[in-house]
Amino acid sequence: MSQQLIQSDVALSAEETRQIDAELAHMPQKSGAAIDALKIVQRHRGWVSDESLIAIARYLEMSPETLEGVATFYNLIYRKPVGKKVVLFCDSVSCWICGCDGVKQKITEKLGVDYGETTADNQYTLIPVPCLGACDKAPVMMVGDDLHTHLDNEKIDQIFAGKLSDGEGS
Amino acid sequence: MENSLREKVLTRNIGPDLVPADMESYEANGGYKALHKVMSGMSPNDCLEVIKASNLRGRGGAGFPTGMKWSFVPMGDKCSPGHKYLVCNADEMEPGTFKDRLLMECDPHQLIEGMILAAYTIQADRSYIFIRGEYLVAIERLEQALADCYKRGYLGNNILGSGYDLEMHVHTSAGRYICGEETALINALEGKRANPRAKPPFPQVSGLWGRPTIVNNVETLCNISHIIDKGAEWFQSLGIGEDSGTKMFGASGHVKNPGCWELPMGTPIREILEKYAGGMADGRKLKGFLPGGGSTDFLVEEHLDLPMDYGSIGSAGSRMGTGTMIILDDKTCPVGMVLNLLRFFAHESCGFCTPCREGLPWTRQVLEDIESGRGRKEDLETLVRQVKYIGAIGNTHCALAPGAMEPLQSALKYFQSDFDAHVEQGCCPYTQGERV
Repeated sequence: MSQQLIQSDVALSAEETRQIDAELAHMPQKSGAAIDALKIVQRHRGWVSDESLIAIARYLEMSPETLEGVATFYNLIYRKPVGKKVVLFCDSVSCWICGCDGVKQKITEKLGVDYGETTADNQYTLIPVPCLGACDKAPVMMVGDDLHTHLDNEKIDQIFAGKLSDGEGS
Repeated sequence: MENSLREKVLTRNIGPDLVPADMESYEANGGYKALHKVMSGMSPNDCLEVIKASNLRGRGGAGFPTGMKWSFVPMGDKCSPGHKYLVCNADEMEPGTFKDRLLMECDPHQLIEGMILAAYTIQADRSYIFIRGEYLVAIERLEQALADCYKRGYLGNNILGSGYDLEMHVHTSAGRYICGEETALINALEGKRANPRAKPPFPQVSGLWGRPTIVNNVETLCNISHIIDKGAEWFQSLGIGEDSGTKMFGASGHVKNPGCWELPMGTPIREILEKYAGGMADGRKLKGFLPGGGSTDFLVEEHLDLPMDYGSIGSAGSRMGTGTMIILDDKTCPVGMVLNLLRFFAHESCGFCTPCREGLPWTRQVLEDIESGRGRKEDLETLVRQVKYIGAIGNTHCALAPGAMEPLQSALKYFQSDFDAHVEQGCCPYTQGERV
């Protein structure tokens, strides 16, 4: 992180501050809300940029370096821009037994992205996720907030049907 | 959940339609009766004695006696002034485990009532539900249920006029398997990286923010109100064998009817697999199974008549763990399955200690070589050495790496010929030489 960035004057919005304050009410010290604050800002901005991270660190009276250590530890905090929806693809053991490797290949072909990549139209980012706790319905994944179960090639076609061209993230 | 003869406890409000129980329906079915009973005249010590006598053991995987865990919390004059914490571990991330999600989505009040009673027993005044961020439906329903509890006077100050105060809050996690380890979870709740802490001090004495803290699994806490309401003897009578109560058992993989069922503790494995899971899917035979999640040792056909309880599964060389079984069939490569698990554990290592951070990726690499047909005979000896050194309790900072070695060491024991075949044929016999 450059010196110039550390002096960044990007501020948190009033709404972000209000939501962080609500979490702080449950914490005996400010740094306790670090993960909540990262998630709140990410919810508003899509991801956590260096500038956003510095603004949060300043608000929680933490060093940006410490907060960066926290941010990069957790897999649901995105330190790079992501698409409108994140595809959390479960490739843990039960989904693997039930053929998730083939489903993953299908998604990669359909969307043209591998793990960690975002589609050209900025709609989807594909990342793996630890077991989603829906193993009786394997293979499964989340697209945005929605859980999709019993995945196969046909389902992948349905879920992502036309989504790449219509520009809608629904 | 079709057998009407068995007593449903944890799932009594969960029907086939999976409609969640709200405050009204929960109370109509006896909910918060235990809370009223406790607040109108049971002391914390009375509650502790009932839980101890019930022989309830932790349902998160370790099976530690819950009453004993609670008894380590300093009480009264023995506790320095300040907060005490009760934390619910709702970070269900053990591969192949899908029981807590159901309990939280369909009966959030059962968990909350259990938490209030547990918190009262240790006289905690603050409590958190630490839930994985992906469980959005459960999060929404728990938050609604908490709001209803505050309105009803079941949470907040002077609960039901008893003089007891308790705050409860849902904390949504930002991921990472290691957060299921209780001291890592505590660090995550404090807003830090989730590296496990050194023990001692144990959290019961010095946990969240350095204060006495109890961390219990969702299913464990869901049992509490029923034990307080109906007593220790009733709870003991629910189990078939040496362990008390019921348990959420499950099966995933190529069985006819994958799912999760509440059954008496001690139900034979064969009964779970054949009666509830419906047997193996057409054209597939049982080759082995992990009895309770990704970090438990494989068992095989000869173990099918064992009862699912802590002692019996332990004597067979595995662990009951979370009780949700992962089934390996004869068309699925056991080396590939272990490789999948090792990829998971290597990725989820917190990176704090060397045997885990460096050892697990090394093991994964050796397995990748074998699975893809590049393996040599010496690699099998390397795996045995890795199991010995990475798997030994005490060589690593926490139980993640030893847990990762459990499926590997038992696969080497039961499926040795499959490992040999990969090396000898120079390919995976299950995928006809397809590269992975």
